[in-house]
Amino acid sequence: MTKETKKRKSTKKSAAKSAANPEDILKYYKDMLLIRRFEEKAGQLYGMGLIQGFCHLYIGQEAVVVGMQAAANNEVDTVITSYRDHGHMLASDMDPKGVMAELTGRSGGYSKGKGGSMHMFSREKNFFGGHGIVGAQVPIGTGLGFAHKYKEDGGVCMAYFGDGASNQGQVFESFNMAALWKLPVVYVIENNRYGMGTSVSRASAVKELYSRGAAFGIPGDSVDGMDVLAVKEAGEKALEHARSGKGPYILGMQTYRYRGHSMSDPAKYRSREEVSKVRSERDPIDRARQYVLDAKATDEDGLKQIDGDVKAIVSDAADFSQQSPEPELSELYTDILIEA
Amino acid sequence: MSNQVLMPALSPTMTEGTLAKWLKSEGDTVQSGDVLAEIETDKATMELEAVDEGVLGKIIVAEGTEGVAVNTPIAIISEEGEDVSAVEVSAPAPAPKAEAAAEPEPVATQPVAPSAAPITEDAYTGQTVTLTVREALRDAMAEEMRSDENIFLMGEEVAEYQGAYKISQGLLEEFGGRRVIDTPITEHGFTGLGVGAAFGGLRPIVEFMTFNFAMQAMDHLINSAAKTLYMSGGQMGCPIVFRGANGAAAGVAAQHSQCYASWYAHVPGLKVVSPYSGEDAKGLLKSAIRDPNPVIFLENEILYGQSFEVPDDSDFTVPIGKAKIEREGTDVTIISYSIMVGLALEAAEALASEGISAEVINLRSIRPLDIDTIVTSIKKTNRVVSVEEGWPVAGIGSEIAAITMEHAFDYLDAPVRRVCGEDVPMPYAKNLEAAVLPNLDKVVTAAKAVCYR
Repeated sequence: MTKETKKRKSTKKSAAKSAANPEDILKYYKDMLLIRRFEEKAGQLYGMGLIQGFCHLYIGQEAVVVGMQAAANNEVDTVITSYRDHGHMLASDMDPKGVMAELTGRSGGYSKGKGGSMHMFSREKNFFGGHGIVGAQVPIGTGLGFAHKYKEDGGVCMAYFGDGASNQGQVFESFNMAALWKLPVVYVIENNRYGMGTSVSRASAVKELYSRGAAFGIPGDSVDGMDVLAVKEAGEKALEHARSGKGPYILGMQTYRYRGHSMSDPAKYRSREEVSKVRSERDPIDRARQYVLDAKATDEDGLKQIDGDVKAIVSDAADFSQQSPEPELSELYTDILIEA
Repeated sequence: MSNQVLMPALSPTMTEGTLAKWLKSEGDTVQSGDVLAEIETDKATMELEAVDEGVLGKIIVAEGTEGVAVNTPIAIISEEGEDVSAVEVSAPAPAPKAEAAAEPEPVATQPVAPSAAPITEDAYTGQTVTLTVREALRDAMAEEMRSDENIFLMGEEVAEYQGAYKISQGLLEEFGGRRVIDTPITEHGFTGLGVGAAFGGLRPIVEFMTFNFAMQAMDHLINSAAKTLYMSGGQMGCPIVFRGANGAAAGVAAQHSQCYASWYAHVPGLKVVSPYSGEDAKGLLKSAIRDPNPVIFLENEILYGQSFEVPDDSDFTVPIGKAKIEREGTDVTIISYSIMVGLALEAAEALASEGISAEVINLRSIRPLDIDTIVTSIKKTNRVVSVEEGWPVAGIGSEIAAITMEHAFDYLDAPVRRVCGEDVPMPYAKNLEAAVLPNLDKVVTAAKAVCYR
């Protein structure tokens, strides 16, 4: 390991002392809790047969996207991610009803029921999907960065992908172009330790994924992705770098998914103990909860109130997702082409 | 012993060029490797090096001469002291046969008047200008880029090199490096980047040096560009043009000689167009750039240097989805696209000399196909021949045959005939390559067969 990467790695230890104000901390907690409860509900609806196909839950990784969104300028910055996308949509302030109704394949879903769990978008919220092919969102996100630069709108694209996708050739092609043209892109590698059932050590020659940009001169930091304030702090630094015209930045988020790769994953590739150890020692929501209490942002009663509010939001979304009608058959032949 | 210096071919498809400048004079001693002259084509300028040692005994073709055919003797290099004044210059060797693979020999029959007057463009009656397809494509991009700041061109060698096939000549100079962008050799990456830029509100033109290399980017063409509008319930329009050379080139073998029309035609969410003439090239490319959808624009390398009359009007466009009847006829409909339209027109001429009146349809758009024009023609002629360079299996001809059965079965007097590229990877050898591609004889034979002649 070079001196430089050692130095970068040391930012990991500086964890999360960026003085976020109590109100903000409360918001991060609430946003993370919403994702967790939403995903639990989605898992439940899947079990009831109301959601079909692939459904990839974000439980365990909530701090990553909430911390990054806390660092971003949501007016101009754009977000793109893979198929494990529900959390990113909620953190982008998309309506939980529209997201859940898309999961159930209803007309009230963000894609009118034509995209499903893996393919949802909101131009209004600068959320560009929701992409089902591992790694494909990385060059597309690089193109969003290209558009930011071309239009000089001051925006940065946050392109999220997993440890699995980080081995795709197109990711390196994107790194090269982004560095060559100094595009405003922050590559957020959500290293949840398994690409489907294959651990990082079995798939990647070098495990320090944040250093994957070294060949292109792209700086990278390893970040505790289970700590929302650490993520926010790293995100602010990376976004500032990209926004100021210095080109792309890579953040290697050390995170963990509690559930299987998708709903049909029996998760034989890891032990129950491994999962419960992370849950009990590193859970991002427990940590955020502690931040809330430490900052005296609210008390136990206040937290209970938040829990209740979040449950109500998720419950409304679940109701909506079952009441919203299925798309009309006439929708079959719409949205294939735009009328010229 | 003297050696003739022949006009060289600088590219697989070059047939003639300009002898721009002699760098040696008669009487000069030359070493192997010395630069003798500069040769120019519409694409490039290249240096001609001596391969023999001796004295430049005689310059046969003066500098500044245009249209010098490949293999024409242009000078004689003799041994020291040899008198070359009496050396007889042999007749020019024939142009490379490779070209004949794509551009068949002219018809050997006596010229006859066409059986019907060619159709002129119904919409356009203004001035025209003679342009190569290459210039027409460049003009289309330049005109559109002048009118919309969000249009940019990216691809390998499009900027400083002026285009691998010189399609983007002058664009860097006019629009600058922000809008005319050389990419690394990274098709998968820059195709995805282009799609992202289109999602981000820009209107990219992505050049593939040839569509053979677009296979590296197939996932983004299909999964990202074509499908995202649908998957987003109509939110994510992708206004982007993917253009470049498609189809058989000459002498470059299987990986560089293939028609992809049927591959892309298969995909809902794409528009696929393939111009034949300069008018098609300019009018269709302008429509493609203005279109809010992803458009696959299949050009043809051998057509780049061919000249056509092109409407001299920056408002002129050719609508996507509309075929053109290039020649009217009554006995058989020959349906084709891209360079094969030229072959179909030659075949129609040959058939006319045998009393068969062929109607030639230039599809222009592969997706959507202009079913109305096809069906209307078949109802008139009752006979159909399709002509394409691509493979027969699940090809455009197969689609035409299916459409014919679905829409005009009762009007058919003979089964549809397909003239296609042979069902093999493109071979390198000239004779084998020529045997793969459709030619005049194959088209005429097919047309006569459906006419039971």
